[in-house]
Amino acid sequence: MRDTTRDSQRPISADQMLFDEPRIEHFITGSEAVAEAVKRAGVEMAIAYPITPQSESMHLVGELYDQGYVEDFYRAENEFAVMAAIHGAALGGGRVFTATSGPGTLRAMEMFPVWAGARQPIVCAFMCRGVSLPPSIQPENIEMSMLLDTGMIMLHAENAQDVTDMILASFAIAEMPEVHLPVGVFMDGFFVTHTREVVQLPPADLCLAPYCSEHAPVPALNMETPPMRVTRDPLLNKSNFVSGAANASWHQEVLAAAERARPHINHYLGGTIEVENPEAEVLIIASGTAVSQSREALRLLSAQGVNAGLVKVRSIRPFPTDEIIAATEHARLIVVPEFNAGGWLAREVKAALDHNSRVVAGPRVFGGMSMPPGLIVSAVNEGMQARGLA
Amino acid sequence: MSTRIITPTPSLAEYLPPEYQELVSSGPHGKNLGVEDLGSFKELIEEHPHCAGCGVSLGVRLVVASLPAPEDTIVIGSPGCSFFSLLQTALNYSTTAFGNQNAVASGLKRMLTIRHPDTHKDVMVIVGDGAIADIGLDMTLHSWFRQEKITTIMLDNEVYGNTGGQESGMSALGKVLHMAPKGKSFPKIPMLEMARTAGCAYGARVTVANPRRVGRVVRNAILIAREIGPTYVQIFTPCPTNLKTAPHKTIEVAKEAQNGVYKFEEFLTDEAAAFLEGLAPTK
Repeated sequence: MRDTTRDSQRPISADQMLFDEPRIEHFITGSEAVAEAVKRAGVEMAIAYPITPQSESMHLVGELYDQGYVEDFYRAENEFAVMAAIHGAALGGGRVFTATSGPGTLRAMEMFPVWAGARQPIVCAFMCRGVSLPPSIQPENIEMSMLLDTGMIMLHAENAQDVTDMILASFAIAEMPEVHLPVGVFMDGFFVTHTREVVQLPPADLCLAPYCSEHAPVPALNMETPPMRVTRDPLLNKSNFVSGAANASWHQEVLAAAERARPHINHYLGGTIEVENPEAEVLIIASGTAVSQSREALRLLSAQGVNAGLVKVRSIRPFPTDEIIAATEHARLIVVPEFNAGGWLAREVKAALDHNSRVVAGPRVFGGMSMPPGLIVSAVNEGMQARGLA
Repeated sequence: MSTRIITPTPSLAEYLPPEYQELVSSGPHGKNLGVEDLGSFKELIEEHPHCAGCGVSLGVRLVVASLPAPEDTIVIGSPGCSFFSLLQTALNYSTTAFGNQNAVASGLKRMLTIRHPDTHKDVMVIVGDGAIADIGLDMTLHSWFRQEKITTIMLDNEVYGNTGGQESGMSALGKVLHMAPKGKSFPKIPMLEMARTAGCAYGARVTVANPRRVGRVVRNAILIAREIGPTYVQIFTPCPTNLKTAPHKTIEVAKEAQNGVYKFEEFLTDEAAAFLEGLAPTK
């Protein structure tokens, strides 16, 4: 490979990067946290198309290219083309990164199942925002519900620290030979991307060791990996039982690969969920910035004398079904606050649990509304009254 | 790659199918063969499920026989008829979503340049008229604007063949087809002119009725794309099934078109011309 600034960085393993290296405190935005992670991730190529609120992070990734931390970068013609070109770059056997938001996610939609189906270890950040119905550039994570069954691994960051750690961990998880799937790192736009907070970063003179395409379960498309007579694509279903069965088994293997990501998510991120006060009868289950608002709601509830607990869901795909069943063992009321109109997390939680009449699907805010902790407190109080817990 | 990579160990060789062993013993890798040598080497393409008299399958056969370096050629395709024979070639091939081929090829070419800086990896797009001129037109043109060093080959059958014979932007003016029940209301999209305007260093319009010419222009396109910039070759590959011509008359149909819309045309930039002149004569 060519000489780059990255050559001045010392390559280390993801374990060393995430666990061993001393962290240095920075006061940065979520967008800057994205770039700081990419700077340390040994990314070979990034491609971007502008959209609010993703743009700032990919401006910064472009600057990393200018500084030599990323070997190739360009601004593409639209998000479908971005995700297609990133797919092509990953086919070539290298490490890639991109990001998008809301309508860009929808514009690119056709490519996400292609990534998973072709077993691409692509890492993509999603700075979630409203999509047109009616138009909104404001924070909202409805696009996540549209990606639930694309086959990609989905991690939801609460804050800029999560963003950094999840992006670095995502490369390790995505590139595991038994996983080898795309990973989406989702963050609520503006609340995370444009808010400055304290983030602990590993030193910048380190980077993740290079991706090794020879370890991949599918060959790189480079005419260097035998056998030559291969297509890298999932088998085409030719409308007969045998090819249908072959196609289906490939599809099942994509889903199985996501299951095999669980131990790696647990290892690198400390669990698919994080539980606070699991003995409580009142439990809030949330992901993304709704977790932060729920932490504040817990404080207000405690002042009221209500003993409530919290489940932070880090991994949306694979979904932590068993973990949530265990964590809700004592719960008689489960409140699921969300930043979207659809209530997709509540649907997931309800589908996972017995006795799901315990679940209150809300409060939900969207269209750019914020979520005052008092709104969550009200939902808890009403839920308790309705269930005779007050 | 070197042919060493595809050469099986003796203990494995006996279990491999004969067509694979033939590819190792008498394939075109590293031998500088061309369309004129067809019949003297193990071709890169195997049996395919195309219709009788298919112009697309002939187009694919001629193109893969013309590759200057098949051992380092990677093909990006698109759903459609061309898919069926390209899947049957001894080349790394991928088709992803309809119309995105030039975007995929852009990313792939750039990554291969990063990962294999000392080897020319020839990234080619080989797809039909619908993928290039209709659904993927933006990505086709933008890859040319960006000066991506890839070769784009259109197998123009003037119709959506695989979906059952619908009008494409490359269908002839007035042609009655599915979704054009009153006949196509606008002429063929002028892709060759657009390729020139969008910055291709080389472009050519040919038909399967002239294999030697197909071989020459494909080779020019690939060599120029390596060193200078994007190139485009448009090949008329008639579709007897959907255009309702006799399967055994495909070559005749193509030959006749050479007197009309498929009159041979070629353009190249001054830089590309100087580059070709500097090359040693080849087949």
